[in-house]
Amino acid sequence: MNKLILGRYFPGDSWLHRLDPRSKLIAGVAFIFIIFLADSLQAFALLWVFTLFVMRLSGVGFRTYVRGVRPLIWLILFATLMQMLFRTGGATFVDWGPITISEYGIINGFYVFCRFVLIIFFSTVVTLTTKPIDLTDGIGSLLRPLRKLKVPVDELALMLSISLRFIPNLMDETQRIMDAQRARGTQFGEGSLIQQMKTLVPIFLPLFASSLNRAEDMANAMEVRGYQSGTKRSTFRQLSWKRIDTASLFIMVVLAGVLLVVRTI
Amino acid sequence: MAMQVKFHNVAADYKLGPIRQSFVLQSVNLAISSGTFSAVIGPTGSGKSSLLKVLNGLLVPKQGQAHIGDQVIEKENDKHVYKEVRKRVGMVFQFPESQLFAETVLQDICFGPINFGVPFEEAKKLASDVIEQVGLEQDILTKSPFSLSGGQKRRVAIAGILAMNPDILVLDEPGAGLDPKGKAEIMSLILNWHRKKEMTTLLVTHDMEDVAHYADEVIVMENGSVVMHEEVRDFFSDDQRLEKWSLELPNARRFQLKVEQDTGVKLPNICLTKNELVEALIKVGLA
Amino acid sequence: MVQQLEVENLTFQHDQRLNSKTLSNVSFTVQKGEWLAIIGHNGSGKSTLAQLLVGLLVPENGQISADGLIMTEDTKWEIRRKIGLVFQNPENQFIGSTVQDDVAFGLENLNMSYNEMKIRVDEALEMVNMTRFRFHEPTNLSGGQMQRVAIAGALALKPSILLLDEAFVMLDPLSRKDLLETLENLKITEDLTIISITHDVNETAVSDRVLVMESGEVVNSGSPEEIFLAEQAIDPPFAEQLRRDLMAKGRSVPETYMTEREMLGWLCK
Repeated sequence: MNKLILGRYFPGDSWLHRLDPRSKLIAGVAFIFIIFLADSLQAFALLWVFTLFVMRLSGVGFRTYVRGVRPLIWLILFATLMQMLFRTGGATFVDWGPITISEYGIINGFYVFCRFVLIIFFSTVVTLTTKPIDLTDGIGSLLRPLRKLKVPVDELALMLSISLRFIPNLMDETQRIMDAQRARGTQFGEGSLIQQMKTLVPIFLPLFASSLNRAEDMANAMEVRGYQSGTKRSTFRQLSWKRIDTASLFIMVVLAGVLLVVRTI
Repeated sequence: MAMQVKFHNVAADYKLGPIRQSFVLQSVNLAISSGTFSAVIGPTGSGKSSLLKVLNGLLVPKQGQAHIGDQVIEKENDKHVYKEVRKRVGMVFQFPESQLFAETVLQDICFGPINFGVPFEEAKKLASDVIEQVGLEQDILTKSPFSLSGGQKRRVAIAGILAMNPDILVLDEPGAGLDPKGKAEIMSLILNWHRKKEMTTLLVTHDMEDVAHYADEVIVMENGSVVMHEEVRDFFSDDQRLEKWSLELPNARRFQLKVEQDTGVKLPNICLTKNELVEALIKVGLA
Repeated sequence: MVQQLEVENLTFQHDQRLNSKTLSNVSFTVQKGEWLAIIGHNGSGKSTLAQLLVGLLVPENGQISADGLIMTEDTKWEIRRKIGLVFQNPENQFIGSTVQDDVAFGLENLNMSYNEMKIRVDEALEMVNMTRFRFHEPTNLSGGQMQRVAIAGALALKPSILLLDEAFVMLDPLSRKDLLETLENLKITEDLTIISITHDVNETAVSDRVLVMESGEVVNSGSPEEIFLAEQAIDPPFAEQLRRDLMAKGRSVPETYMTEREMLGWLCK
């Protein structure tokens, strides 16, 4: 749990922290598409420079980003290796039946590796600099057109924001119940699989019971404060699109443009 | 069995998710003699709960040692140390009813003892003994813990700890959330058990009435350190110092100070309870 | 006198299999600007009463009216705007992600414009002295602070009655004392009507009138002085306890309820 960096927020006051979550979300999605425009070493060099620059802007140390890649490293290396071993074309260095290491293979392996790492780095920038609640607001706002298709976007956004709000409480509660059962002699992570499963019952049952209670309390609290699902609500948390947000999206467009130009050369 | 608790330069920190709280405990030195009832007080986040957790091996010191009887908890420990310590130290967490899980009250109470190697038949006897100690009827043993009222659940949870026959009992606000009557009942059953079993008891509380009524000694924590450890009457004698820590006085003592100020008559002793105050007022002829 | 709340013959049964009613024939009224304390042991039906008053439960019999409006399935949303309810558990009623978001929650439900919400939120936070915590997340707040936020959330809706359902029970003594002072001030400055369902002696002592409930019925009502004198089973404030003990020791204390000041005066005689 502690190792997962993607999806975590690092408080700060950088330029990126102050961007509207919507512009960051759009940029994040756009980046995934942009990355597939790159098909040359020069293009990737440009993307690396760009990404490293953005990472630097976030004010979060480079090491944190590397830690974010670590849980996925085997998957990335596997994909890279597949390219290197099976792709043919150009000069062939090794040829062992189906396994060939070729010039194209090495280059493509490198591209695949870069794409993975760049996408992870860039999305990590988005989540590290945006509060989960702001991300929720941003997603809710961007998906608003789906309301026309009868998708309950506002309800879903509220649900998501309340879940986020209660995650720390749930973690505390889990910790507390685990401590209590350990104090009563439970030893986690010992014995056969069945024994280990058994030790989970005294955790999950109380957790489930208390979550039900909590849910009932919350539902009552929401209802007495006038919450009715399906009615129109205003929002107190305001998103404000600033000139700098437009500017950042413009930079993404420029980036895409440059890559397109490099591509045709 | 006599059990001494000694902390020698204990420091510890927490890691929960990305947040590492640096040194929730720092160089704690503490000696609690066997058979005493100590109250642990201090503002939220001063390290009270962490102190309790170290006692039970739930939080491992980064530096220093905690001696519990003849067991030592330090940075690196054998697993059997934890087992031995947890067997001796009974821990009642805040809102302990949230740990109930078994099908019946009997099974829930037996959970601790059985984990520590007590045979089922013996554990059953312990349970039926302890359920009366907490003021509940025998027939509750066959019920589901989830069907009980809030106050009953609290008692069952405490019974589950007492059934482990600990030598040291550690309680974190055992009366929290109960009405005054329910709280007084819980506190008096704990006091009785403490006396009967000659236990060493530690009570974390915010309520100065609890401190005045039940504790022999007071441990004050601030920013992860023990800043004071005193006999309870000495502790309440210095009201200016209490004010500095923004601690309340217990009613009797507060009233005593007012009476002394208004009448100019000094009462012969420091009164911690209503009974003591009544006696003192009569003795000096004010009432 | 304006009747802010009228409750007539309220009857409710939780479990239809049982013969005893959770509440039977409960009637009372509350006047504007009054502080009514409702006390009684667990299981006396106090919390059921709170849920009935805001329409979370529907009574078997009887009628509730607030500001002259009778509670029905159709009017219950309007009545909830008149009666702001603060629950026992500080954590579970904190819906928003920050202090100010939570205070705004009820306003959002009214589809209020941002500018108006902003004013209301600022006012409400000011009333409970929580302005400097407005951006805080609930994990960084104490129980007492969360209850303040809950009160602000209720007050932001400008209710005519603030209903506290054992709102102090999870708090430590110091937070209780602070919060009680805040409420006493609000009652004066905002001309607030307060109904507090409580076990807390101090909360009872500051009220104007006390209602005693026992197994679903109102068994007594009167000023705190009258109730503390009449109901020996209820723990009174410290000075009155002292008076009782002194009397039991055969001392010649007055036979009427005594406040702390009166007791001090008597001791100084």
